[in-house]
Parts: sequence; C-alpha cells; structure tokens
Amino acid sequence: MGFPLLSLIVFTPAAGAAVLMVLRSDNAVRWTALGVTVLDLALCIAMLVGFDTSTHEMQFTETRPWVPALGIAYALGIDGISALFVFLTALLGWICVLASWVAIERKVKEFMISLLVMQALMLGVFCALDLFLFYVFWEAMLIPMYLIIGVWGGEGRVYAAFKFFLYTLAGSLLFLIGVIVLYFHGGETFDILALTAQDLPFRVQAWLFFAFLIAFAVKVPMVPVHTWLPDAHVQAPTAGSIILAGVLLKMGAYGFLRFSLPMLPEASVHYSTLMLALSALAIVYGGLLALAQDDLKKLVAYSSISHMGFVTLGIFALNLRGLEGGILQMFNHGVTTGALFLFVGLIYERTHTRSMANYGGLMKAAPVYTTFLALFTLSSMALPGTNSFVGELLVLSGGFAASMAVGTAAILGALLGAAYLLGMYRKVALGPASVGVRYKIRDVNAREMAAILPLAVFVLWVGLYPKPFLGIIDASVKHLLAQVHAKESGQ
Amino acid sequence: MDPVTSIRPLLAVAVAGLAALAVLLLNNREKLRDAVSPVAAIAMFAIVVSMAPTVLAGRTVDLRLFEILPGIDFTFRVDALGMVFATVSSLLWIVAAIYSIGYMRHLKEHAQTRFFACFATSLAAAVGGAFAANLFTLVIFYEVLSLVTYPLVYHHEDEEGWTGSRKYLVYLMGASKSVLLAALALTYNIAGSLDFVAGGLLAQVDASAPLLTIVYFCYLFGFAKAAVMPMHAWLPAAMVAPTPVSALLHAVAVVKMGVFCVLRVIFHIFGTGLVDGLGLGIATAYLVSFTILMASVYALTRDDLKARLAYSTVSQLSYIVLGAVLLSPVAMVGGIIHIAAHAFSKITLFFCAGSIYCASGKRNISEMAGIGRRLPWTMGAFFVGSLSMIGVPPTAGFVSKWYLALGSVEAGEIAFLIVLLVSSVLNAAYFLPVSYVAFFGTEAQESPATVREIPMMTIPLVATAILSVSMGIFPNYFLALAEGVVR
Repeated sequence: MGFPLLSLIVFTPAAGAAVLMVLRSDNAVRWTALGVTVLDLALCIAMLVGFDTSTHEMQFTETRPWVPALGIAYALGIDGISALFVFLTALLGWICVLASWVAIERKVKEFMISLLVMQALMLGVFCALDLFLFYVFWEAMLIPMYLIIGVWGGEGRVYAAFKFFLYTLAGSLLFLIGVIVLYFHGGETFDILALTAQDLPFRVQAWLFFAFLIAFAVKVPMVPVHTWLPDAHVQAPTAGSIILAGVLLKMGAYGFLRFSLPMLPEASVHYSTLMLALSALAIVYGGLLALAQDDLKKLVAYSSISHMGFVTLGIFALNLRGLEGGILQMFNHGVTTGALFLFVGLIYERTHTRSMANYGGLMKAAPVYTTFLALFTLSSMALPGTNSFVGELLVLSGGFAASMAVGTAAILGALLGAAYLLGMYRKVALGPASVGVRYKIRDVNAREMAAILPLAVFVLWVGLYPKPFLGIIDASVKHLLAQVHAKESGQ
Repeated sequence: MDPVTSIRPLLAVAVAGLAALAVLLLNNREKLRDAVSPVAAIAMFAIVVSMAPTVLAGRTVDLRLFEILPGIDFTFRVDALGMVFATVSSLLWIVAAIYSIGYMRHLKEHAQTRFFACFATSLAAAVGGAFAANLFTLVIFYEVLSLVTYPLVYHHEDEEGWTGSRKYLVYLMGASKSVLLAALALTYNIAGSLDFVAGGLLAQVDASAPLLTIVYFCYLFGFAKAAVMPMHAWLPAAMVAPTPVSALLHAVAVVKMGVFCVLRVIFHIFGTGLVDGLGLGIATAYLVSFTILMASVYALTRDDLKARLAYSTVSQLSYIVLGAVLLSPVAMVGGIIHIAAHAFSKITLFFCAGSIYCASGKRNISEMAGIGRRLPWTMGAFFVGSLSMIGVPPTAGFVSKWYLALGSVEAGEIAFLIVLLVSSVLNAAYFLPVSYVAFFGTEAQESPATVREIPMMTIPLVATAILSVSMGIFPNYFLALAEGVVR
C-alpha cells in the first residue's frame, strides 16, 4: 500500500470543515473553503494523471481493518467509473463555493461546513470498496444535504427538505436490508470485490435487485419516485441544486453500476426490459413535465429526470455503447445541468424571480451571460459538437440495439428536450425586453466567470474530443460487461 | 490514387471563422469592419480554388484531425462533390459581402456587427460541411449553420421577425433532433462508422431492407434544409430576414447545405446501387416531383416578390434531389451542377428584390409596374436570372435542365421528363410577368427621382447575372466535377 491519495482526497474537505469552525470572519470562511476545494481538485487531477487506463483493476487501494469480527474494513479504491465521478465531484465542489459567495448571506460558516462535509461524503461514496463503509457515507450524506435545503433554502424549504429526507430514507432502508441479505449470502464479508465474485442464486438476485432498484431509483430519480426532486431543487440554494443535480443524482446510477449489474448479473439481464421501459417512461414523462413549466428551476429539474432516463437507458441496454454512453452522459449531465442551475441562480440573485414570463430580451442587458447560457442550453439539448451529443449518440446507438421501441421513445425525448430548452432560451434571452424584470441588470463579473469557464471548457472538450474521458472508463466498462454476460452465458 | 494531405481545408474554414472574430473586434470601426468580409471572402475563394486541380485530377485533399469515437474521426476530405458546393459558396460570398455592405448602409440597419459576424460564421460552417469526410463532422457544421443563421433571420427583432425565425428554428432543430438523430444512431449501429465511402457505407454491410428504408427517409426529412415537402414551410417563413440573408439562405449556404447533405447520403452513405436495390430511387423521385410542382403552384399565387422566390427555391431544390435519385449518370450530373446553376441565378433574383426594395421600398410585384425604366440594370439582371430559372439557353439553368431531361430519358422515366417540362412552364408563368410588368407596365403614379440604382448593390447583381450566363456558356468546370462524383 503506497501513498494514501484517496484518503487524502476524501478527507481534505472534512479537514477543511474542521478548520472553518475556528474562523470568525465570513470572508476568511469563503476564501478558506475555496482554497480547500481547489486543493481537493488539484489532488484529483494528480490522481487522474497517475491513473492507469489500461486495467479494470481497482487502483490507489487502501485497506485497514476496522471491525474485523464482522468483516468490516476501511477499504478505498477506484476503477475507471469511480475515477470519473471523483473528478466530477471535485470539479463541482469549488464551483459550489463560488456560487454561494454572495448568495448565502447568513450563517456563512455553517453553510460552508455543510458544503465541505457533503463533498467529503460524496467522494467517500465513490471511493469506498467496503459495503459497510459505503453505506455509512451514503446515509451520512443525507444530513448535510438536509441542512443545506432546510436551513438555506427558499420559502418552502422545510417541506422540501423533509420530503427529500423521507424519500431517500425509505429507499435507504430497503438498501440496508439488501446489504444485510448480501452479507449473509455472500460469505459474511462487506468486501465489495469479494461480494461481486459471489455467484448468488437467481431467487436471491431477483429479491435483491428490486430492493436495490427502489433504493437507487429514488436517487436517480426514476418515474414514479421522482416527485421529491422538483421540490428539493426549487427550494435548495444554488449550490445545493448543483450538488443535487451534479453528483447526488449520479449516486443512483452509480449504485446500479457498482452493485446491481456486477453482483446481480442474471437478475439485471432478466429485468433489463423493465428497466428500459422505466427509462423510456422517465425520458418522455420528464420531458413533457419540463415542457409545461414556467419556473426556470423546475424546468431544469424536470429536464434532469428526462436526462437521467437516458443514463439508465444506456446502462440497461447492457451493451458497450449504451454503457459507455450512459456513464459519459452522467458526467455530461453533471457539468451541463450543474451549469444551468448556476445560471438560474445567477439571474435569480439579480431579479428575484424565476418565472420565465417575467423575462425577455436579456440578450441586450447581459450579452456575456446569455452567450454562455446559449452554450449550456445547446449542450443540454445535445447539439452536435457539445458534450451531451456524444453521450446521446452512444446511448441511442446502444438503445436501438437493445430495443427499437425504446430507442424511438428516447428520440421523442430528445425532440422534447429541444422544444423546452430552446423555448426557455427564447423566452429568457430573446424577444422584446420584458417589463416584469427591473433593468438594468449587471452582466457576469470575474468571480462568476471563474465558475462558468471551466464548465464551458468541458462542454466543448467532451463534445469534440471525448477520447480521454471514454479512455478512463473503457477498461472498467468492458470488464463490467464481461461480468454481466459471462455469468449469464454460464447458466 | 492516394489522397493529398494538406491543411488547406481547415484553412478555408478558419479564414471565415477568423473573419467573424475580426468583425466582432472591429465593432466600433465601421469602415475597417466592413472591409473584413470581402477580403476574407476572396482569401477563402482562393484557398478553395487552389485545391481544384487536385480534385479535378481525381484525387482528394485530406486532413484527419483526431478521433471522436471509435469509427468516427473529425476529418476533412475535399472531393468533387464538396468542391462544387465550396466553390459556389465561397465565390458567391465575395459578391454577397459587397452587396450586404451596400444594403445595410443604405437602410441604416441596426446590429450590423452581429450581422456580418454571423454571415461570416455561416460561410465557415458551409465550407466546413462541404469538406466534411463523415456524417458526424458534417452534422456539426450543419447545426452550427442553423444556429448562426438564426440571429440573421430574426435580425429586425420585430413581431414578424420573432415569429418567422421561431418557425425557422423549430423546423430545422425539430427535424435534426428527431429523425436525423435516429438516422445517425441507426447508421452508426449498422455500419459501426459514419464515414463517406465511394459506393456507399451501408452497401458494405448486411442490414434488413425495411430498416434501411426507414433510415433513408429519416435522412431525407431529417435534413430539413433541403426543404422536401412537408419540411419546406420554414423557407417562406424565413423571408422576414433582410434580403442579403435571404440570398445567403437560398443561394450560398443554407438550402444548399441541405441538398448537399441529401446527395452525400445518397452517394456516399447508401450508394446509388443500394438506393436502386431498395427501390427507393423512383419513390423519392415521385416525392420530390410533387414538391417541384406544388411549390411552383404556390409561387404563382404569391404577390410578395420574396415569397415567390422562396417557393421557387423549394421547387428548384427538388430538381437537385430528383437528378440524384433518377440514378442515371447523366441525371446525377444534372442534379449536381444544378447546385451551381440555381445558386448563381437565385442569388441574382434575390439581389434584385433587395435592390428594388432599397431603391423604392416596394415588395409586391403588383406595385412594380414600370420600375424597369427606373432600375434598368436591376430589372435586366432579373430578366437574365428568370431565364436561367426557366432553363432558356444559353443560361446556366439550361445546362442543368438539359442534363436532367436527358437523364430522365436515359433512366427510362418519361414521367419525370413531363414534370420537368410542366415545371418549366410554371417557372415561366411566375417569373416572366414580373419582368413584363416592370418594363412595359405603366406606373400608377410617377415615382420620385430618388428611385435609382444603388451602385454597391447593382454591381454585385450584374456580376451574378453575368455568372449565370457564363456558366451556361462555359459549364466545363462544374461538369468535370460532377462527372468526378458520378464516376
């Protein structure tokens, strides 16, 4: 075991949170939080530089016994799939700090502490190789997120935070039962890799599959357990929305990739049609809901449901293109939707309205803002040349290979996406200047630009040259596919 | 023969892209800003033409940049078909750039910087599309073109402008985010690549006929810029744009990009052999014949000159597709050179419409009685453009129609010969009265003396009229390229 890089990555934000506790001035808190998150990003970049893309094996592994009597260990490690999301989490981390710079006015210290603790826990989820440790991180995330929504949220924050808490907790309980069943069926260990190597009987697999499905589906979220999401998004502060959309939603899909597919391959194949149908439903239903919104934040929230439908569709197409596209789309959605929530936040800070009916002609007042908004809107609708198009093409290609009907439904979702996103842009940025919004509003400043630019870079980088990103996940995805189909054909 | 590797395809795109940047930077220095476009246009044309000898010799100019996905690269390849499109676009950009300056200054239009920047970018997109070596690269430029022409269409920013531009974007984006997207995903699935291949990418693989048929029609309607009915309604709606933009849409870039994509799919994704084998050639021919005739009938009923020209474009575009799907070499040549013939003539007609509007403020044909005596050069050029649209020798339109007619005989499809003849009669019926009224009609009231030619607009439109005739007399350049495609 070499240098504990992953522990450093996971616990840097936590240590930063501890430092924040002793600081007094709000500005010192802000700058320290920014410093910590930038340092964490630098560590993640160092991790990616040292990452070996030619193998699916876990890398940077660390193992220390924790509760040996129960087979619990402190085990960290990442493969290509987790590496991408560790990076995404760190990338969005410092952007969240920037997005909260002036938007959070009271209890700044407490907010930044919640933010940093949240980041540490999310990174822990992606790095954990011990199921018990994973579950600890997974459940603990609820607390800071509950606080971020419930304390710093909008007017209906208490209801939204409570709903969020209840939904995810209900899912988590089923997950806990699943974990215990897995523990006893898998040789009384919490070692994720050892559990993956187990050959469970189909009956057990099927039960576990549905327990996990409900737990993960709430997080993704899949229709019909999605109703907490719009409430949580609308009430959450900007940084909360970025974390929710950017990282938390990925947790559900990550759960499918880390647990359902490799541990329950026969059940995954057996129920893949159901999963494809649910994905198609989410794509179309989410798109229709987004089309009907007037509130900017709700629109982006519902679009997330549709876009995450593409992710689960890709995953359960159970072929190479689908899986790679689904995972790439998780990353893309984090970047693009994170950016869109940031943009909604920026404009809300200036006008204190999110209703599109109050906007119009913003292009004239804030040309830089609207130009970048155009880029992210187009990215979200997956215009060729942007990041989401590469993912979408792969997902559709995999989807059509799995089922023509599901592919066709997804196309309908893509069309809906173009409709509500272009409609949103037209209402906000173009057209005659609206009277409802007080002009003149300020265009973006340097701090806001610093948050926007890196995301814009990734939109075009992944859109035109996705090879490095696909390269990171390639070996792991191929291995995952082999796991799923080897056990299937071994029957 | 081996392809030549050269940076020139990228250079041609970059010239226009940099021109757009320069226009933005020179926002406050009007004279310098306006000089950028013509200079860049000449540079781009020079770069494009410098590759012509290589292409005419049957070789291609290649530039592979990087891999996007397995089987999909970001690659430029200049071949004969791309050369036709690129020559036409870059040549016409020169005249359009000069004309635009005249038009925008005369009407003291707002947002001129945005206008010229978008105009230049749309040329970068058009030539980038012409030189794209696979569907992925092509579609990127195709979508960029949709986007940068959108502000040009809503340029006036009035109620009419917002409505028309909205329809424009809804049609183009709607088609590409639905059927075109499906076609791309399915093609990638079937073939594992999106490359343009001589003889057809899909001809090399096994796939079921119904699936291929679906993919084919997804492409045909997905490239809505080709305006095959019922995907044509955006074109008349986009008439709200300033006239130089209409010229850009109709002659230089947008619709030509549409038919160019359709031809790419027919020649290099499916291949003529596969199109024939699936029985899609004749089916498409009937479809586009309907478009040819219906659009001509619509044109007859329009009094607004630009609307009449718009429907004429819908009709003429389908000539190009018709030539390709008749699948006889002669007809294909006719279809390909009609890209150039229609471009030269239609840009003349739009320039004339803009010149009339700038000089007199008139848009409706019924108000143009006697205007030919005030604007003799403009209306003279209009007459030449009309003759070319009808297909009267020695104009460009005659050459392409001759090949089309000969091709339909060669293909043994006399029905389409009749379509061509009937539509030519219809062309004459909606174009000639304009010239007649302009020269021989009597003015309802004496127009003011301010109605006179504007040199910066008249010179470009006379130049394009001369081009329309010269191509009729010296069609060899485009014929040689077209034969290079068919060979």
